[in-house]
Amino acid sequence: MADSIQMHVTRYDPDQDSAPTVVEYEVPLRKDWAILDGLNYVKDHVDGSLSYRWSCRMGICGSCGMNVDGEPKLTCAAFLTDYAPGPVRVEPLTNFPVVRDLVVDIEDFMEKLPRVKPWIIRDDDQSVIDGEYIQTPEELDEYKQFSNCINCMLCYAACPIYGIDETFIGPAAIALAERYDLDSRDRGQRERLDVLIEKEGVWGCTFVGECTRVCPKHVDPAGAIQRYKLKAAKENVMAFLLPRGAR
Amino acid sequence: MSAPTTYRQPVSRLWFTKKRSYFIFLLRELSCVFVGWFAVFLMVMLFAIGRGAAAYQNFLNWASSPVVVVVNLVALAFLVLHTVTWFALTPQAMEVRLGGRQVARVKMVNVAGRTVPAATVVRVGGRRIPPGMVIASQYAGLLVVSAFIVWLVLR
Amino acid sequence: MTKRRLEPLLWLLFSGGGVVSAVFLPVLVVLFGLAIPLGWVRPDYDHLHAVFSFWLTRLVALGLLVLMLFHWAHRFRYTLHDGLRLKRLEAPLALVCYGGAVVGSIAALLIVAML
Repeated sequence: MADSIQMHVTRYDPDQDSAPTVVEYEVPLRKDWAILDGLNYVKDHVDGSLSYRWSCRMGICGSCGMNVDGEPKLTCAAFLTDYAPGPVRVEPLTNFPVVRDLVVDIEDFMEKLPRVKPWIIRDDDQSVIDGEYIQTPEELDEYKQFSNCINCMLCYAACPIYGIDETFIGPAAIALAERYDLDSRDRGQRERLDVLIEKEGVWGCTFVGECTRVCPKHVDPAGAIQRYKLKAAKENVMAFLLPRGAR
Repeated sequence: MSAPTTYRQPVSRLWFTKKRSYFIFLLRELSCVFVGWFAVFLMVMLFAIGRGAAAYQNFLNWASSPVVVVVNLVALAFLVLHTVTWFALTPQAMEVRLGGRQVARVKMVNVAGRTVPAATVVRVGGRRIPPGMVIASQYAGLLVVSAFIVWLVLR
Repeated sequence: MTKRRLEPLLWLLFSGGGVVSAVFLPVLVVLFGLAIPLGWVRPDYDHLHAVFSFWLTRLVALGLLVLMLFHWAHRFRYTLHDGLRLKRLEAPLALVCYGGAVVGSIAALLIVAML
């Protein structure tokens, strides 16, 4: 195994550059190092101005998403040896505006997520004193997979529809809406349906499936979206067929 | 707040050529062109059948011309792609389960000033059919339908 | 109160069309697109006319054709919209595609009626 590997990293200084450039760095090729470790090496020993997001370095915080050799990845979960002999390209996450170097502006996602009301909605909230909402393991299994989302936004980077149409609410938001719809404690299906039945909701999705392929937590947002479409279509048919009071 | 000089990454006009998976997706979507083509082809055929044996023979002459045969060969390839991808994606797109029970989740909502109960019905419990079974049963359906049509037309 | 929207209904037609296309079209293409025109099998005209003028065959044929046309329309509309990035032509695209499917469906109805 070689001693080192070249990383071609996007640099962008908004105060000086009109567009991003690529700078080559040589980092040690250690067996147990991830791309993130390579970036940390650059920041510690080569260029302290390199800017990027990271936190837990173990695939649960969702902060370190970047494009590695063109693929959206958690840089803490992509290992240098997988890209040997290199060089390996590290770029900011696709489909998001670049703030600086590898840091992207995630405001769009931050605005879209609350729109689907990703929380338990009830009209008879019990106070803590009254006790817990009981949920069986069988009921938990219904939505557990979709609750694994860590908001890393790799799915938005992979989705060509989001790249073309910024108004598309996106995979993670819809998967999280489905997570709450399927939660036995929740009563908020209608509220979420009102948001997602619109054009920028589920209908822009053409089931490319890239979101599911890149998801590091196996949430399967594409599956969630198609299931949601069927549910929304059924509710819509009922809305046409039933008289005003019943729907 | 975003900095005033955030850089918007451009999306290529030929985005579907940038990744293999995007390209295969585009091919899959283009199969719909051949769905449309063959629907029209069938309509032309049925129109000819309705107008008599001579019209039908004219149709056959046209349908056996090299151009039309080649188009239908290409159509067959794309329609097989459609069938294979459609069947493969069905288990991901919908949950198929046997048994279980319907549960109504009720919430009070405000409709035109009145508070009324609104229910959404969910199916819980039951056995989820594994993806392999879902796919296999679709192919079984395809075989049954195909065998029936062949028998119907050629008996 | 649930909102009523047209898009979910178009999606349902697309889905139904996708299922029937996947199940029916391979055998129909092999039979009517290749085998019969190329003479591999030769059902006679009277038999074909008898099969297709039967009321149930007519009904099924009409249903299949309408679903296939709307499957094409919905999918093609999105392919043009996304593939060619034609967002500003969204309304005309929808009109041409679904309009085409409607025209085709009317033609199918007339053809089936004339069998």
